[in-house]
Amino acid sequence: MNGYLLVGFGAAVGAPLRYLTDRAVQARHDTVFPWGTFTVNVTGSLVLGLLTGAVLAGAASPQLQLLIGTGLCGALTTYSTFSYETLRLAETGARLYALANVVASVCAGLGAAYLGAVLARALF
Amino acid sequence: MERTRSEPVAAAVTAGAHRAPYDVLAVVVAGGVLGAEARYAAGLIWTTHPGTFPWTTLLINTVGCLVIGVFLVAITEGRAAHRLVRPFFGTGVLGGFTTFSTYCVDIQRLVDGGHPATALGYLAATLLAALAAVAAGAWAARLLLVAAGLRRAGTR
Repeated sequence: MNGYLLVGFGAAVGAPLRYLTDRAVQARHDTVFPWGTFTVNVTGSLVLGLLTGAVLAGAASPQLQLLIGTGLCGALTTYSTFSYETLRLAETGARLYALANVVASVCAGLGAAYLGAVLARALF
Repeated sequence: MERTRSEPVAAAVTAGAHRAPYDVLAVVVAGGVLGAEARYAAGLIWTTHPGTFPWTTLLINTVGCLVIGVFLVAITEGRAAHRLVRPFFGTGVLGGFTTFSTYCVDIQRLVDGGHPATALGYLAATLLAALAAVAAGAWAARLLLVAAGLRRAGTR
C-alpha cells in the first residue's frame, strides 16, 4: 500500500488518541505538571522502540513501520506541545516544574525506547 | 468544583470532561494527518541514514516548536480565534508534525549502533533548539501583538 496512505491511517488514530489521553489524564490530576503529554510521549516511545526492534529482527514489515511507527507513534507523540508546556511552566514561575518536565520526559522517553528495544530482542 | 455553579451547568462541565465534541475530534484527526504527511514527506526528501545525525527530525521538531510558540501566543493573548482553530492547528497539525518517539528511538539506535557521541549531541541539540525556538516564537508573537495594538490586557 502507498506510504502516504499508511502514514495517514496511523496518524488518524494517533492524533485523536493523544488529544483524548491528554484530556482524560489532565482531568484526573489537579497539578500544573503536564502529565497528559508526558504519558503519550513515553507510551509512544515504548511502542516505537518495540516496533523498530521487531522490524530489525524481520518480525514486522516496513509497511507496519509506516502505519504504526511514522503514522501512529509519530502523531501520538509531540515535541511542540512538550516545548510549549515547558515554556509556560517557566513563564508562570514554576521553573522547577519546567526543569522537571524536561528531565523526566527525556529520561522516561529514552528508558521506554530502550525497554521496547530490549523487549523486541527477547521476543523476536 | 465551584459551589456557585447551577446544577445543569455543573453536570454539563462534568460530562464535557469525559466526552469530547465530535467536531473537535474530527479537526484533530484532519490536522494530525496533514502534519504527519508533511513529516513523512520531509523524511523522504531529506533522508538521514542509520548511524548519522538525524537532521531532518531535528529540523521538523524545531520548526514545529517555533510555529507553536507564535501560534498559541497569538490566539491566547491576541484576538480570540474560532474554537476549532487550536485543536486543528495546534493539537492536530503541529502535534502530528513533531514527534517525541522518533527522537527517543533515534538516540537509542545511535547508542546501540556505536555512535554515543552523535546520540548525545543530537539529544542536547534538539532540546536546546526546540526550547529556544518555542521561546523565540512566543517572544516574536508578543512583540507583533503589542506593535499592532492587539495584545489583550492581563495575559501572560
